[in-house]
Amino acid sequence: MEQLSAKALRDRIAAGETSSVEATEAILSRIEDVDPALGAYISTHREMAMERAADVDRRVKAGEPVGELAGVPVAVKDNMCTTFGATTCASAILKDFHSPYNATVVEKLLAADAVIVGKTNMDEFAMGSSTENSALRRTVNPWDGARVPGGSSGGSAAAVASRLCYAALGSDTGGSIRQPASFCGVVGLKPTYGRVSRFGLVAYGSSLDQIGPITRSVADAALMMNVIAGRDAADSTSVDETIAPVCDYLEKLAIPVEGLKIGVVSEFNAGADEPVREALGEAIGVYEGLGAEVVEIGMPRLDYAIAAYYVIATAEASSNLARYDGVHYGHRSERARDYVKVYTKSRAEALGKEVKRRIMLGTYALSSGYYDAYYLKALKVRNLIRGDFTEAFRKCDCIMMPVAPTTAFGIGEKVDDPLTMYLSDIYTIAANLAGVPAISIPCGFDGNRLPIGLQIISPAFTEDRLLAIARMFERQTDWHKAEPTVSGGH
Amino acid sequence: MDKKIDQEQVRKVARLSRLELTEAEVEEFTGQLGAILEYVEKMNELNTDGVEPLAHCLAVSNVFREDIVEESLGTERALANAPQQDGEFFRVPKILDGGSGA
Repeated sequence: MEQLSAKALRDRIAAGETSSVEATEAILSRIEDVDPALGAYISTHREMAMERAADVDRRVKAGEPVGELAGVPVAVKDNMCTTFGATTCASAILKDFHSPYNATVVEKLLAADAVIVGKTNMDEFAMGSSTENSALRRTVNPWDGARVPGGSSGGSAAAVASRLCYAALGSDTGGSIRQPASFCGVVGLKPTYGRVSRFGLVAYGSSLDQIGPITRSVADAALMMNVIAGRDAADSTSVDETIAPVCDYLEKLAIPVEGLKIGVVSEFNAGADEPVREALGEAIGVYEGLGAEVVEIGMPRLDYAIAAYYVIATAEASSNLARYDGVHYGHRSERARDYVKVYTKSRAEALGKEVKRRIMLGTYALSSGYYDAYYLKALKVRNLIRGDFTEAFRKCDCIMMPVAPTTAFGIGEKVDDPLTMYLSDIYTIAANLAGVPAISIPCGFDGNRLPIGLQIISPAFTEDRLLAIARMFERQTDWHKAEPTVSGGH
Repeated sequence: MDKKIDQEQVRKVARLSRLELTEAEVEEFTGQLGAILEYVEKMNELNTDGVEPLAHCLAVSNVFREDIVEESLGTERALANAPQQDGEFFRVPKILDGGSGA
């Protein structure tokens, strides 16, 4: 049963051919077996999950209508607010925080009758590329326990790859859905900025953050988009559907894109390791075999994306994270004797190093005397980078490039060198700066049998086409069917 | 070599960030932030004269709603996560008299 897609499982449950109780019990016991070593989940919610599963089964039996994810066990990253359990952001400062409301995406999952089994590990406040910055637990790569799962949505990607849920939500500020999806050999979609409500997503870089699905197949990503996409009055940056209508992504999937033009930036892609470049070349070859045309495009400002990103994202973070003050919620230092020390000691005690580093960097970039040189400059560079995309999409339907320059790296390899860690985000960051959608799909393995992802980027609000393009590849290949050998009790 | 940021500046930024740093952290962050800032200056290779700053990819503007009272969180739920509260207010140490100020 674990081999079924989310869509197939849903349809079987809705038809009464299998029960959600059975599917949910199987997932929960697999988590109990496998997750102590894998570390994908920060919390699981057995009682609630089993109750919801039983309720779905009861409604199916009674002939009542059930939702698009009826009875399907799913997971959400622990930076999305839930009224059940804690919402920790993998931070000591929020480890006991209980949200008074659900994030809109959580409400939508519940309204679609999904069974949320748990909340997944991540880099603290989504700041990181390896999930090593979690203050609460360590997640390993399902394909090699000595390597990182990627980050920051490493728990969601590891859980999906290891069959510890049928689908998950992640969030992506600079690659945090796509890079772990690539490292773990699953599908990860960062939608267009504004496509999915951010209400109840704990903010990191508000002009860049976007929630999206991590799944085992492109079709399941489309199914998840059907559930989570759309305007939300509670998030004024979610886009009005009269401007950019949502559609049935699953239905559009079946339609291959005729006369597909693929944009490639050869010089930029040359920076990736050889196995990654080879897999990219072969993947593009598959599309050419389907009649696609490859167009060389110039995107001269892509090379400046990391520099602009680490100014803009940290500036926004320094402001967003000012709310952790030891007063309203979260950790308060017991050593604070006066009001200012409540701030400085509470934050010092309960925020991790990378979070402090980014708050400091952002504060510096926004501070008097440096604002123009760093922050304002970065916003101008961002505009140029968006211009590169606008220009490119005049010549092609989508751009293909690596997701990351390497496959999964070793645990501990980059933790002491933040700049090197940042540089590993080179291929994912630009899509966030430009606000355009991008997907990572499995496209091969390196010599150590570590998964490689293919990144496809398309114009704003064309997720339907992006998914259809990804599906064209998936139909021709078996990479997405490969499974890691996860050791457990069975 | 011209250092991008020195320990004194790091201490100042820590104060602005409301973070108490140990001496070891000051030293570590000075080196790391210096390296990051040096990298970031790569942006100066690009001529951005006449380029508008782009703070946000969407053409966002203020969103207004009708001025009607709607349900809100309520005192009890708003205070539920507070480290210290008295049922009505968040509690903090004295701000005046003996506070160290900013």
